[in-house]
Amino acid sequence: MAEFFINGFLVFLLAVIAIVAIQSIKVFSTVMLAGAYSLISAIIFVSLDAVDVAFTEAAVGAGLSTVLYIAAMKHLPKREKVVNDNTFFALVVCLVVGCLLVWASFDLPQIGDPMAPIHQHVGPYYITNTKTDMGIPNLVTGVLASYRGYDTLGETVVIFTAGLGVLLLLGDGRNNRDENE
Amino acid sequence: MIHGILGIWNYWIVIILMMTGLFIVISRHNLVKKMVGLTIFQTSVFLFYISLGKVQGGTAPILTGYKNTLYSNPLPHVLILTAIVVGVATTALGLALILRIKNEYGTIEENEIASFNTEENSK
Repeated sequence: MAEFFINGFLVFLLAVIAIVAIQSIKVFSTVMLAGAYSLISAIIFVSLDAVDVAFTEAAVGAGLSTVLYIAAMKHLPKREKVVNDNTFFALVVCLVVGCLLVWASFDLPQIGDPMAPIHQHVGPYYITNTKTDMGIPNLVTGVLASYRGYDTLGETVVIFTAGLGVLLLLGDGRNNRDENE
Repeated sequence: MIHGILGIWNYWIVIILMMTGLFIVISRHNLVKKMVGLTIFQTSVFLFYISLGKVQGGTAPILTGYKNTLYSNPLPHVLILTAIVVGVATTALGLALILRIKNEYGTIEENEIASFNTEENSK
């Protein structure tokens, strides 16, 4: 029960941060709130047994992406110009989609149910065979690097493409000077 | 074992966070804020996957060496690890695009950029 209350508190914090992020007109504070949001979701991941995900989220989600945002904010306006012309439309869309999703959520398995379909397929195979196949105790690493290595290869291709895209978009600073001359 | 509403309330929280992200993406014109909205949406999806992988009474999927230890499902964790890293890559690309837009139009407010485009078309 204590776990439930701790989770409840953390999730409440997440909701508050998300709502303050909507309200704030300073873009900079929105960016910092997004960092705090990532950090709190990392704590929730720990309580849901996903320790590897938690430290990746804390390092990459809260750390690296906040650094990227701050670096970009150096060249961008710090304040948002508030125009509330489609708030009503957005609210209606969100309420309708939200209600549909809540309706769908009744068909999902209970959280923590060991008989849920997700725990019947390849999960048990990974748990029983990682030790004999790879000899490492961390199942997440075993699955990431070996059983589903192709996923990780695809991930690195995506990162490479994104890095290439950033380089092509921003250049190395020399091209911009040429255009000005 | 938790039952009834307690068993699915995590999903509802995920839905609320997801809709908050969607609301920001639709209603705000500032492109950086839209990116933050997308990040919030994305993190709520992560939370959904990790909730699905949880086993009641289970522990983190690192082998303890004891028999009959109950582990949470490692597969969603792996998928989300990949998704987090890809998410940062897309954030970087999005911010680079925003910087280019700022250089080109001098603003990052979507409605102002749209009005620039209509002016150019009417000429």
